Amino acid sequence: MNQNLPTEDNSATLEEILKLDGITKRFGNLTANDGISLSLAVGEILAVLGENGAGKTTLMNIIFGHYVADEGSVEVRGQSLPPGSSEAAIKAGIGMVHQHFTLAENLTVLENIILGREPLFSIRQKLSAGRRKLRALSEQFGLDVQPDTLVGDLTVGQRQRVEILKALYADAQILILDEPTAVLTPQETENLFATLRSLVKKGMSAIIISHKLNEILRISDRIALLRRGKLIGVVDAKDADRDQLAEMMVGRKVTRPKTQSLKAGAAVLKLENVSTSGASSSEDLKNVNLSIHAHEICGVAGVAGNGQNSLADLICGIRAPSSGSIELMGKKLTRFDCRTVVKAGVGRIPEDRHAKGIIGEMAVWENLVSEDLRQPPFIRGAFLLDKSAGCDHAASTIERYDIRCPGPQAETRLLSGGNLQKLILARGLSRQPRLIIASQPSRGLDEGAIAYVHGQLLEARKHGAGILLISEDLDELLSLADRIAVIFRGQLREIPAEASHDIRQIGLMMSGQEAV
Amino acid sequence: MADIFEILTTLGFWAATLRIVSPLIFGTLGELLCERAGVLNLGIEGIMTIGAMAGWMWVFQGGDLWTAVLFAAFVGGIFGLLHASFTVYLGVSQHVTGIGITLLAVALSSYIFRMMLPEVTTPPKIVPFQIYEVPLLHEIPFVGPVLFSQTPLTYLALLLVPVVWYLLYRTPMGLAIRMAGENPVAVEAQGIDVLMVRTAAVVAGSAMMAIGGAFLTLSAFDAFYFGMINGRGWICIALVIFASWRPGKALIAALLFAGLDALQVRAQQVGGAVIPYQFFLALPYLLTIAAMVVMSRRTAYPKALLKPFRRGDRI
Amino acid sequence: MIRLEPRERVPIWLAGIAPIVAIIVTLVLCSALILWAGEPVFQSYLLLVEGALGSKFAISETLSRATPLIFTGLAAAVAFRAKFWNIGAEGQFYFGALAVTWIGTGLFSLPPVLMIPILFLAGAVAGGALLYVPVVLKTRLNVDEVVTTLLLNFVVILLVSYLIEGPWKDPMSLGWPQAAPIIEQGELPKLLERTRLHLGFVVAIVAAIAVWFLMKLTVWGYEIRAVGFNAEGASFAGISINSTVIRTALISGGLAGMAGVSEVAGLKGYLTLDLSPGFGYAGIAVAMLAQLHPLGVIASAIFLSAIFIGADSMSRSSDVSSYIADVVTAVSLLLVLLSVMLVRFRVRWS
Repeated sequence: MNQNLPTEDNSATLEEILKLDGITKRFGNLTANDGISLSLAVGEILAVLGENGAGKTTLMNIIFGHYVADEGSVEVRGQSLPPGSSEAAIKAGIGMVHQHFTLAENLTVLENIILGREPLFSIRQKLSAGRRKLRALSEQFGLDVQPDTLVGDLTVGQRQRVEILKALYADAQILILDEPTAVLTPQETENLFATLRSLVKKGMSAIIISHKLNEILRISDRIALLRRGKLIGVVDAKDADRDQLAEMMVGRKVTRPKTQSLKAGAAVLKLENVSTSGASSSEDLKNVNLSIHAHEICGVAGVAGNGQNSLADLICGIRAPSSGSIELMGKKLTRFDCRTVVKAGVGRIPEDRHAKGIIGEMAVWENLVSEDLRQPPFIRGAFLLDKSAGCDHAASTIERYDIRCPGPQAETRLLSGGNLQKLILARGLSRQPRLIIASQPSRGLDEGAIAYVHGQLLEARKHGAGILLISEDLDELLSLADRIAVIFRGQLREIPAEASHDIRQIGLMMSGQEAV
Repeated sequence: MADIFEILTTLGFWAATLRIVSPLIFGTLGELLCERAGVLNLGIEGIMTIGAMAGWMWVFQGGDLWTAVLFAAFVGGIFGLLHASFTVYLGVSQHVTGIGITLLAVALSSYIFRMMLPEVTTPPKIVPFQIYEVPLLHEIPFVGPVLFSQTPLTYLALLLVPVVWYLLYRTPMGLAIRMAGENPVAVEAQGIDVLMVRTAAVVAGSAMMAIGGAFLTLSAFDAFYFGMINGRGWICIALVIFASWRPGKALIAALLFAGLDALQVRAQQVGGAVIPYQFFLALPYLLTIAAMVVMSRRTAYPKALLKPFRRGDRI
Repeated sequence: MIRLEPRERVPIWLAGIAPIVAIIVTLVLCSALILWAGEPVFQSYLLLVEGALGSKFAISETLSRATPLIFTGLAAAVAFRAKFWNIGAEGQFYFGALAVTWIGTGLFSLPPVLMIPILFLAGAVAGGALLYVPVVLKTRLNVDEVVTTLLLNFVVILLVSYLIEGPWKDPMSLGWPQAAPIIEQGELPKLLERTRLHLGFVVAIVAAIAVWFLMKLTVWGYEIRAVGFNAEGASFAGISINSTVIRTALISGGLAGMAGVSEVAGLKGYLTLDLSPGFGYAGIAVAMLAQLHPLGVIASAIFLSAIFIGADSMSRSSDVSSYIADVVTAVSLLLVLLSVMLVRFRVRWS
């Protein structure tokens, strides 16, 4: 099937600006990049497509000098870049917009942009000259940002603009964008693409990294496909076929999970006029009403930072509401702590696996019993920990959930992302919870692990669990959820049933505009 | 009460406050610089000790006073470099490294002092910095004798406040330091070596701390005693928190503390008959704790404080 | 440019040998100080070993000096496990000493079987109570415990100074500032004839085993470790961070307080202002040398104590100052930190 695709990228046009030659990077036993050769022409947008863990970000970090490649070289206009030097990369005209923005929130836009653009040891910072240059750039490219506002006060879309301006301010000729649309609403994505097109028209080149096929096909000129660290091929966007690309990206036929329709049962969660306080104004929930029933998955869509964390924390028992009432399985919740919530029958899959989900330095068995620490059979007497009971439990769980690890006593931090998520699922689901809260359960996982997670959630739904699924991935929500609600600035609004699969409608609501 | 008010109007009180505040300014600004770059430096107590010893020893061996200050700063910088190589380059626990540096610096001070002066029982004296009266200005009533009749190192301490402010808020390096303490990845993404920036801040900060220690042996007193820093370094760490990591506020915080200390010494003479002197001596420590409690709701730590930055980590 | 890469697997032998290598390197580095004094390195270290372990009496001295270090080392090991930075063991030590002085100098009298446990209990309660203030300030108001515990050390020492110069001053002391001696029933019996080694050493060993048991086999130990490794994750799993930290602090302060009891009732007999030559701070080095392992604390306390006793005797027969022991303590602390780091990470130069 790949025969019609070149496996080496030989399509360099006359004006080649960036060239990668045989880049290889290993992390321990994992080969993140395996002999990748690519080139970028002036005025083109090259997309690097691949699923999570394919090595896209690693490759870009090598170009930008964050990582040092074990083999291979990076050339800009025929000059090879010294490895491991971001400074050299910036000087050569490479600008990078990271997936997680690299901005300091308590500093102003101008300060964030100007750092590094003048000699570090000069005696005086030329702020006013910088401000003038920044204003000129904003105007020239239509990227509207106030130089003296604090970055902490900006929205996500504005922060991305600052990142792009940062690159332009450093006279970048090549712009690398790592998953730039992950945190944007569909409308903001359109704006970004318009900006990119105008930049390219002015003679710049861009590399855009993504796993979102539809977007890639719209914006890019050529598409480079990465799978498990290897370059599978490079295709012209206009000749590309969506389904074929999807198969190449994953390496096999992609099957969407089939959801069977089930009749919703009794309410397992009921939020009435729930508000929270203490987070930022857009993160605090405001008079949220929501109920979830057995046998149903309710999806929550929204741009990051609009109250998803508060909602998840609330149901996980980390945060108490400032007003309103919460009912779990028909009983009003009066104590708000993790143990109470778990006992009431909630299975929890937290957004940040490493920070919240596990304690990396402790053993697998210790993490598997962490929610039942003070329950038999893991406790003997009042406070003795029963290690052998814990290990037995862990051994059977490891087998049932197919967690790949050396054994119950292995250190948890050594597990791969997918196996970590299996561990968390195993802990949360093996108790047959009646309500499951899953935040971004497939983020950062490869396709196989995502399928596993989705399978487990659907299985739990079949057995009568109600599931609250919070995700920034609209495709995930659309394929799994029975109904979808949108969260914006702490307010939750359900999408009318007839519009529940209308991406445009959901996108408008995600950016706070009224349903039409 | 009336007595205390009377003390506040005396020249001696205000002159003493400025004397007491000088080492605290050096120490607090030094610690502030380290923490602004994201590194807690618990080595401060030891670095002040070895600064005091090194400066004094330099003069005792025949060196002059200003080169002694430089020498103390150099020694402090070396210990700062040691701290930075552990905490910045290797990412070792800043708490434990700092305590280790303090233990090492104090132990080395004692050992070197003992080795160089094996037989002495009373600490020998040197001729310290003398009071320098700023021409004309010192004749201004009240302000003159308080502010312009001090030793040169006090002037240096006061001068250092705007210098550090300027460094942090008006130079590219200062911006890099502030950003390194907030989000080191952002610094790295701009092509600047975070580790170098942090190291520079820790070395410079440690040099300042050491000058603070040297102030005690070269300016306030004329000899080196074991244990003469007596918790001043720890006080500086509290003052940095109290000052919300700002140089100007650090000066105010240090002045408040020093004023209290000067008051405490004088109050002892007034109320010493009824209240034991230990109570007065403990007062500055207790009030520092109280001040931290009062400030606790408003503290906004540099976000990357205590967090090591490693290049090439898998993100 | 230097880069650190985490090792996927740490070989057990490497983890075991690292602190030993660190100690050897420490001794090599510190031999520069001996050379500076104009003494032969090897012979000086030989003198040191002989002074610390050369006779039954020397060994008994080493073990009795190790006793308070085991307690303060455990105090640091427990607290640091939970990442609660108790740097106030010195103050808690003196608080324990104050408690034992208050109760043990004639408040009441009981047979030793009862009196001695009560004294230890009182010291533990006192040490824990002193640390209760910083820990509550930390958990309730988020006040940094490093500064508060450090500053309280100075306050407590001034309190001791006031008491032994004032109300608690022993009238029989010929003017020296010291408290009255512990009554006979409260004195810790000697373990060996004609030595100063006392029951406190056995209590310290038992305490180390108890702490090991606590950390390894109980729910509390699990919670302390979990909070120390990842507080957010522990909280998500349903562990209360505040109560775990408070519990840790009470145990830690209690252990440091017991060190004060052991020194007053076992070694010195009465409270003075120079009761501790920095046992509280040295405890941090002890704990780090043991990599926070409670049983390792015993070994590292004995090692550091041997250095002190040996250096003391070495300085009497050579020109090397006994302060070299403090230098060795500090350097070994730093080098063990370094070695632990190098065990967990591989250093790459590029």
